[in-house]
Amino acid sequence: MQLEAKDIGFRYGDGPWLFQGVNLTLEPGEIVGITGPSGRGKTTLCRILAGFEAPIEGAVHFNGAPLPNNGYHPVQMVLQHPEKAINPRWKMHKILNEGYQPDKELLDLLGIEREWLTRWPHELSGGELQRFCVARALGPNTRYLIADEMTTMLDANTQAQIWHAVIEIAKKREMGIIVVTHESNLMRRLCHRVIDFNK
Amino acid sequence: MSILEVENLSVSFKQYTDGFKEINHKVISSLNVTLEAGKILAVVGASGSGKSLLAHAILGILPSNANVSGIIKYEGKELTPIRQTALRGKEIALVPQSVNFLDPLMRVGNQVRTSVKNGDAVSAQRKVFERYRLGKEVEDMYPFQLSGGMARRTLLSTAMVSDAKVIIADEPTPGLDPVVIKEALDNFREFADNGCAVMLITHDIESALQIADKIAVFYAGTTVEIAPVEDFVGNGEAIRHPYTKALWRALPQNEFRPIPGSQPHPSSLPPGCLFEPRCEMATAECRQAPPKMRELRDGMVRCIHAT
Amino acid sequence: MIPSLKNANKRSPLNLKQRTLFKILISIVFLAIVILGGVLLDEGRIVTNLNERNSAPSLKHLFGTDWLGRDMFTRTVMGLSLSIGVGLIGAIGSTLIALFLGMAAATMGKMADRLISWIIDLFLSVPHLVTLILIAFTLGGGFKGIVIGLTLTHWPSLARVIRAEVMQVRSAEFVQVSQKMGKSRWWIALHHILPHIAPQLLIGFMLLFPHVILHEAAVTFLGLGLSPHEPAIGIILSESMKYLSSGMWWLAFFPGLCLLIVVRTFDQIGENLRVLMTRTHD
Repeated sequence: MQLEAKDIGFRYGDGPWLFQGVNLTLEPGEIVGITGPSGRGKTTLCRILAGFEAPIEGAVHFNGAPLPNNGYHPVQMVLQHPEKAINPRWKMHKILNEGYQPDKELLDLLGIEREWLTRWPHELSGGELQRFCVARALGPNTRYLIADEMTTMLDANTQAQIWHAVIEIAKKREMGIIVVTHESNLMRRLCHRVIDFNK
Repeated sequence: MSILEVENLSVSFKQYTDGFKEINHKVISSLNVTLEAGKILAVVGASGSGKSLLAHAILGILPSNANVSGIIKYEGKELTPIRQTALRGKEIALVPQSVNFLDPLMRVGNQVRTSVKNGDAVSAQRKVFERYRLGKEVEDMYPFQLSGGMARRTLLSTAMVSDAKVIIADEPTPGLDPVVIKEALDNFREFADNGCAVMLITHDIESALQIADKIAVFYAGTTVEIAPVEDFVGNGEAIRHPYTKALWRALPQNEFRPIPGSQPHPSSLPPGCLFEPRCEMATAECRQAPPKMRELRDGMVRCIHAT
Repeated sequence: MIPSLKNANKRSPLNLKQRTLFKILISIVFLAIVILGGVLLDEGRIVTNLNERNSAPSLKHLFGTDWLGRDMFTRTVMGLSLSIGVGLIGAIGSTLIALFLGMAAATMGKMADRLISWIIDLFLSVPHLVTLILIAFTLGGGFKGIVIGLTLTHWPSLARVIRAEVMQVRSAEFVQVSQKMGKSRWWIALHHILPHIAPQLLIGFMLLFPHVILHEAAVTFLGLGLSPHEPAIGIILSESMKYLSSGMWWLAFFPGLCLLIVVRTFDQIGENLRVLMTRTHD
C-alpha cells in the first residue's frame, strides 16, 4: 500500500520547470511534512499525488501500480479554502455524503453537529465547512490524505480539533498523511519526518 | 491617546431562511474596542466571529442589508457616514487581504499615486517603492505581473503614501511563508512606530503576538477579552477569559489540546454568556444574562468568574 | 447612532423576495388570461359583419372594428395568444439547442469547442432577422417555417453564456474533488453543472421570449411568416397599415400597444427571476 513518486517533473506548457526529479515514498501510517517557500510547486506536487494533475515527467505509483484514473482515488486531498471545495448550491448533508456515508462516530470526532446538515454552505463558517471537507475525504477507501494548508485559515482551537480527529483515524486505519504547512510548530507536532522542498 | 473608539457596536443582517421568510441575524453584539496612536491592536477570532465586519463597519462599507447601532468615534468626534466617506482611504486606510483589491487594468505606480494627498505624487510613490524594495520597473507593471509578495508591498505602499492615521489590516498573512509574514508584520510595526494606530485582524494568534501591543479576542460577534501581549506566556495563567485560555492552549507549541464544540451560530445565540455552553467554569449565573465587559488587571474581560 | 447606516428600509408587509415573487405571479396571471382569452373567445366575433364596419372603440367593441366589421379586441387577444404560443415553442427550442451546444462545447474537448464556437460566431455575425427570413422562406413560410426559423436562430448568445458558465464550474475545486471520489462525467454534469446553470438557463429562456415574439411579428408583418388567415399580430399590423391614412388609428394602436405590454411582461418576469435567484443569499 506504498505511495511512491518517481522522478516527477512538472511545468506549464513550455515554461520553466517548476520542479524536476522529485522522489518521494510514503509508507502506510506515516505522516510526512513538506516545507519550503511559496511558489516552489508544493501545491502542484500535492495535486499530482492526488491525481488532480498528471506529471509531465515520471510517475506516481500506488501499491506498485500507476494510480487509477477512474473510480475512488485512494489518495484524497483537503485544500486550504473549504468554500471553493464545496458546491454552494448543495445542502451540507448532500456534500457530506457525496462519496460515502460517514458514520456517527466520525462526525462526532470531527465535531460536526447534526443541525448543520440541513444548512446551506454560506450559513456556516470556514472552520465548520472544513470539518465537512475532512469528513468527506476520509472515506473507507482512502489510503493517503494530503493536507495542503488544511488548517491555515482556521483558529487554533478548530485547528487542534481537526488534527486530533485526523491523527486518530490515521492511526486506526494505517493511513498515510502528507502535511503541507508554513507553521513549523504544527509541523513538529504532527510529522514523523519533514521534507524540505527548497532543494 | 485613543484615536478611534468603538462603543457598543451591534451589526445585524436581514437574511432569508429557506423559503421567503426574513430573519435578523445579529452578527456583532455590544462590541467595544479602542485604537491608540502608535499602538497595534490585534483582533483575533475564529472565522465567522465577525471580525472582518468590524473593519467594514468602521470603514462604512457594510452591505446595504446590514443594520448598525452603536457609536464609532474618530478623534473624539462621531464617525458619521459622511465623515466615513471623506476619511476612507485617506486618514483611515484598509490593507485588504487579497491582491484582487488592486485595479487589474491600471499600472501599479499610478494606483499608488492616486492615494497621495499632497505634494508631488510621483516622487512620493518612488520614495515609498524604494523603501519597500520595489524596483523602478515595478511602477509600470500591471497587478498580474507582480508576485504575491510584491503585490502585498504595493498594497502597503498605498496605505503608506496616504498619510493614514488609522490602518486596518484584514488577514494580511495567511498562507505565507515565515519570511514574508515577518516582513509584512514588521511593516505594520513600522506604521505604528510612526504614530499610526494599527488594527490587525487575524485568526492567527501566533503572528498577532509577534508584533501587537494588545490583543482583542473575538467570540461569536463580541470581544471576550482585551489583554496586553505580555499576558500570553507559559500555561496562560495571566489570561483572563476561558476562551482565550483555550485558544492559547490549543496552539501546537503549547498543549495542542482543543476544547470540544464550536462557536454558536448567529441565529441561535445562547441567552447568557456566549461562551457558557462550552465553558468548564460555567455556573447557573452565567446563563442569566450576557456579562458586561469589565476591567481586570490592566485589561478587559467579559466573564463574571475571571480573576 | 449611525443614522444613514441604519437602513432606510421601511417595513413593508412584504420583503424583497416576496415582492419579487408577487410581481412574477401577477405577470404570469396576466399572460395566462391572454392565452385563455385567445382559446375561449367566441370565433363568431371575428366573422365578417358588414353592418359594423370601421367603428371606433366603444363599449361594445373595446378596440373598435376593422373594415370587415371584425371585433379588434377579439382579434388582438387571439393574435397575442398565438404569438405567445409561437414564442413558447421557439424559445423552448432555442434554449434546448443552447443548452446542448453550450454543454457540448465545454465538455467534449477542444475540437468540439472550436467547432461550436465557430458556429456561434457565424450565427452572431449575421443579423438573425435575416437568417430567420431565409429559413422561414426556404421552408415555405407558414406556421412550421416560422417556428423552425425562430428555433434555429435565437440560441447563439445563450449558448455562449452557458458555455462560459459550464467552463467555469467544470474547473471548480468541488468538481475536481467529485471526480476523485469516483463520480462519472454524467453524474457530475447532472448534479454539479446543471444546477449551476439552471438559473441562467431559466432567465435566458424568459428573456428569449420577447425576442422571439417580436421577431415572429416582424417576419409575419413582412408577409413571410404566418399565413394571412391566422389572427396573428403581425398580420393585423400589416393590414392596418393600409387604413391608417383614412384615420382608423385604433386598428394599429391597440394591437401594437398590447404586443408591447406582453413583451414587457415577459421581460419583467425574466428580470424579476434574476433578482430572485441571484439575491437569495443576502
